[in-house]
Amino acid sequence: MKLKLAAVALAASCALSAQAVTEVQWWHSMTAVNGEWVNDLAKGFNASQSNYKIVPTYKGQYDESMTAAVAAFRAGNAPHILQVFEVGTATMMASKNAIVPVGKVMKDAGQKFDPNAYISAVAGYYTAPSGEMLSFPFNSSTTVFYYNKDAFKAAGLDPNKAPSSWPEVALAAAKLKASGHKCPLTLAWQGWTQLESFSAWHNVEFATKGNGLGGMDARMKVNSPLHVRHIDNLANMAKQGLFVYKGRANVPQTSFVSGECAMITTSSGFYGDAKKNAKFAFGLAPLPYYPDVPGAPQNTVIGGASLWVMAGKKADEYKGVAEFFTYISSPEVQSASHKRTGYLPVTTAAFQLTEKSGFYKENPGTDVAPTQMIRKTTDKSRGIRLGNYVQIRTIEDEELEQVWGGKKSAKEALDSIVKRGNELLERFEKANKKG
Amino acid sequence: MAPQVAVIVLFFFWPAAQALLQSVQQSDAFGTSVDWVGLDNFRNLWNDDTYLASFYTTAIFSTLVAVVGISVSLLLAVFADRIVKGALAYKTLLIWPYAVAPAVAGVLWLFMFAPSVGVVSYWLRALGIDWNHLLNGTHAMTLVVMAAVWKQISYNFLFFLAGLQSIPKSLIEAAAIDGARPWRRFWTMVFPLLSPTTFFLLVINMVYAFFDTFAIIDAATQGGPGKDTAILVYKVYFDGFKAMDMGGSAAQSVVLMVIVVALTVVQFRFVEKKVNY
Repeated sequence: MKLKLAAVALAASCALSAQAVTEVQWWHSMTAVNGEWVNDLAKGFNASQSNYKIVPTYKGQYDESMTAAVAAFRAGNAPHILQVFEVGTATMMASKNAIVPVGKVMKDAGQKFDPNAYISAVAGYYTAPSGEMLSFPFNSSTTVFYYNKDAFKAAGLDPNKAPSSWPEVALAAAKLKASGHKCPLTLAWQGWTQLESFSAWHNVEFATKGNGLGGMDARMKVNSPLHVRHIDNLANMAKQGLFVYKGRANVPQTSFVSGECAMITTSSGFYGDAKKNAKFAFGLAPLPYYPDVPGAPQNTVIGGASLWVMAGKKADEYKGVAEFFTYISSPEVQSASHKRTGYLPVTTAAFQLTEKSGFYKENPGTDVAPTQMIRKTTDKSRGIRLGNYVQIRTIEDEELEQVWGGKKSAKEALDSIVKRGNELLERFEKANKKG
Repeated sequence: MAPQVAVIVLFFFWPAAQALLQSVQQSDAFGTSVDWVGLDNFRNLWNDDTYLASFYTTAIFSTLVAVVGISVSLLLAVFADRIVKGALAYKTLLIWPYAVAPAVAGVLWLFMFAPSVGVVSYWLRALGIDWNHLLNGTHAMTLVVMAAVWKQISYNFLFFLAGLQSIPKSLIEAAAIDGARPWRRFWTMVFPLLSPTTFFLLVINMVYAFFDTFAIIDAATQGGPGKDTAILVYKVYFDGFKAMDMGGSAAQSVVLMVIVVALTVVQFRFVEKKVNY
């Protein structure tokens, strides 16, 4: 009996001490290797102090977790931290009453926070026109070029020299085809890699108003002569069987890993997958460009996601959020994350730390993405942030498919992207004008 | 009486009223600011060429799904009805696909027809057909129609089989004695006697094609290539759940609701006249 009482007392005291810890809910969309990474970050933080407890929860893919958070917010039980993909950024920014700017969270909690410590192409993307940082850059990736070294060798190409320009890509593709390769080149995330990042890389506007970073009255500009030339070039390659379309989003990646396609443009976040599953030697290189375009290559734009702080929580809980952000932005944690996942180091200090550790020398190609990003950005290359972006991405897919299928010319398709995109931008502007 | 009314109000009228309400509003994703916009959402739809084009796509898709689905399952039911040995096994197998979720059905067919690795596309290439639903709109439409039909065959099959079994055997036998061959017996007796079932299935299949197929489209083609398989309900799903444009999505579901009500009225007024009960 006494023992039982003691046990009850012990349990009660445990419950009490558990209550003293403030829980912070974190909804994310990371699976497999990256899911373990997120859990380890939370564990590391929880072990580093005793006041707060980060509770990470997987809530489905990016769009699913965002929908879940919207529903939860409407029902009054949103998480404290929500991971949102880059195309959802403008939507989150426009929802002023639903979020708390990260800059404010850090300031209120008395945490040191210097937006200048971040790589400008990354931080600029999540910063409001007023200069206030709205969300915390978490996992950022960018567009890079992968090629199959074994296939290059078999085709009589130099496996240690990736084609750096689009004319060189076409030549390499022709040689690969001549050597019997059925799919010399494919493109993943076609809108992101061939229109959005392509624009920044060549320092041409994707949309007005600094690609939407400067305000909601931005309009599409993707039917410029350079854009038409590039899409036309790809359409010709498609006709000759040099470029083979393999689907939307990241679907084409499997045809690179399987060895079917020899070259691919896709996210730097694909590195881990390729390294683990490809049965051949492959190389990473910067995105190809057109050498005759002045200012090219500039820098590429980011993808990935950032962490948003939701409104309507207690001050103490926000303090926990701020402490957690300080923890995961330390150069050591950042650098470890970068090495582990292939996502970009988001602070300059973390990049330098990684460089010093010799990681890039041991893993050639892993520095391609950061060096593409760590440059002085221009108004045309800082990033692309548009309202109704999810739908605009789909429009890009729909129209480009019609070019690859031979139903539309490059000019017709790009004009149509501009027209349909602008209708969505006008609607977004109208819907969010007040606020 | 009362419980049924409560259920109908709760699960049908209330959501429908919500859709109507949201269709005249525009709000940000989190619903923190709501504006009354009148008919703006509908005007946007009307001004969108691709939305109007998807009416045509939907008409083709729904007609194909209903006609092919009903014909194939009628054929299967007639054969299954004639089988004496092992009838239960056949019937069970034919009913199985109904237990498969639409998204899974879409993925199944997607795998079989994947342009470079699919089994069926491999056979087709051997026959000289270069199957590529990623860029060929006709191929893509064929793929989603097949997946949608396959999913619905079991349901249709069950009803047809029940219908066939309720036709008195003596009637058929009498016709056979009079010298009517199976083909003639089917068209002059069985088919007319089945007409209430066929009509019921026509209505059900149309509604199915209009409303329940977005998961198949999402898994198999995502509306592509271009917008060649983007049927109306897929856009409702995409705009509402992926792009979080609640007002636009609600306006589209109201349009869809009107179409289906109109179609059902037409079916009951005109097609039903040809039905013998």
